Amino acid sequence: MNKIKSINAISPVLEVKNLWKVFPKGQRSKGKKTLNIDVHDHVTISQMEKDGKVVVAVRDVSFEIYPGEIFIVMGLSGSGKSTLIRCLMRLIEVTAGTVKINGLDVTSLSKKELVKHRRYQAAMVFQHYGLLPHKTVLDNVAFGLKLRGELKEERYRKAKAAIERVGLEGWENYYPAALSGGMQQRVGIARALVMDAPVLLMDEPFSGLDPLISRQLQDELLRLQEEMKKSIMFVTHDLSEALRLGNRMAIMRKGSIVQIGTPDEIVSNPADDYVAAFVADERRTLEKTKLSLGSKLASAPASS
Amino acid sequence: MFPEHFTFHVAEQVNNFVDWLLDSYAPVFDAISTGILTMLLRINEILLMVPWWLYMVIVFVVLFTATRKVVASLTLAILPLLIGAFGLWALAMESLSVVLTAVIISLLIGVPVGILMAEIDCFAVILRPILDGMQTMPSFVYLIPAMMLFGLGKVPAVLATLIYSLPPVIRLTNMGLRHVPKNIEEAALAYGATKWQLLKEVRIPLAMPSILTGVNQTTMMALAMVVVASMIGARGLGQEVLLSINRIDIGRGFEAGLSVVVMAIVIDRVTQSIAKKWEPPR
Repeated sequence: MNKIKSINAISPVLEVKNLWKVFPKGQRSKGKKTLNIDVHDHVTISQMEKDGKVVVAVRDVSFEIYPGEIFIVMGLSGSGKSTLIRCLMRLIEVTAGTVKINGLDVTSLSKKELVKHRRYQAAMVFQHYGLLPHKTVLDNVAFGLKLRGELKEERYRKAKAAIERVGLEGWENYYPAALSGGMQQRVGIARALVMDAPVLLMDEPFSGLDPLISRQLQDELLRLQEEMKKSIMFVTHDLSEALRLGNRMAIMRKGSIVQIGTPDEIVSNPADDYVAAFVADERRTLEKTKLSLGSKLASAPASS
Repeated sequence: MFPEHFTFHVAEQVNNFVDWLLDSYAPVFDAISTGILTMLLRINEILLMVPWWLYMVIVFVVLFTATRKVVASLTLAILPLLIGAFGLWALAMESLSVVLTAVIISLLIGVPVGILMAEIDCFAVILRPILDGMQTMPSFVYLIPAMMLFGLGKVPAVLATLIYSLPPVIRLTNMGLRHVPKNIEEAALAYGATKWQLLKEVRIPLAMPSILTGVNQTTMMALAMVVVASMIGARGLGQEVLLSINRIDIGRGFEAGLSVVVMAIVIDRVTQSIAKKWEPPR
């Protein structure tokens, strides 16, 4: 509790306020079509939802991310967490609400400003890597810098440093297809790190990997975070991952955030039955390990 | 039978339209005609300047670097010898120049149109039936207006070939661009790619194998038109085939026909092997 209070004094890097995303239902080009709807008119929205005319993917979501913290957004698939993270980059246009990064309102940016925002303010890591199959590892990592218009020498120098940082030195001239899933995601992380953006958005980056590799990359991320102190928004559906990585976490359900708190708070003090069900296993293991192995192991997941 | 009072004709209107085109835009067609002819003659000149054996070397080198198969590359490189042996080398080069001219113009028009088609949905909807029409309309039908507008000879042959061979490259460019995985596009956008950067850095390179398949298809279609185009006075292998049909000289027709086949096979393999080089490594 003390930890949160102390960081509250600092202004947030990323500030999301009353964010809504309502999709018209049955549209093929999801996300591209904007919908004119008054989100404050709760009666109309719930009626339209009932009629199956719209899907509310993100419902009145507000949260802040402070410098240097890993903020977890957790929820089952379909809870709107992927939509939420895309709204922050405006890969999906928001219906209502504001997103502020370093005080700048992303939702009101023009197209040109938006491109600049994406190039400098935030970098994203994707679940399915999103690497360019026709470019080498080096060119993939340097891709964002190339889009920015940085000179070749400069961007290769930075890219090489980033590749080294994620432990892929020697693989610069391979194509992504030659790499394993875990290595491809390392490339994805290097591509994000090289941008040196204040905010890092990670959309289930380790979900497609097998548990061992996924755990290895979690450790790696913690190590990198130790060095770089980025502000990270990390989306996952895996509670143990959330507990290992998160400084704070938000739990999403049907587009709304049902609880925000530190992992400790959420496990020990679930806000409702949904959250309680989510963390039930974790509580049981905690109690079991407490009983059998003593308190040393019991506090391990939460303290990381 | 179909009731007689229901029939109506557009034949006269079409005739009038072509006449009107001819009357009012003759200078335009003349200009196009000279442009194409100049290009055609230049290409033909270059083709004839290259010694015959160099073609075989080029074919071998291209195929070998792409496939690393000695025997297959060698066989395909030696195959054109047959054309020369039949005494049809110069005619083959003339056909090749018609084909090349048509293909170059096809690509200059087809690739941008294909890109537009992929970018703008309603353009694609309008264009699709037109492309179908271009491919299925019997080629003799547009040989006549092409001949009226551009006279006899090679220029109408190029244009008729163009109409027939343009659709594949447009279609495959469109298809290739539309099949670029959405998650890759999304990642590029998230890193701040503009629409133009997305096209240049991501979509076109990823669509390249498909675009090159289109080039290959276009070339094959153009070769198929060689014989038909000879009916409006384009010289070349087609003319040889036409002559042997008129004289019922089966042997001579076979030699010319075989030469077309050889050209088709060699060009097909060469363009395919170039296309393969562009495929993303896996």
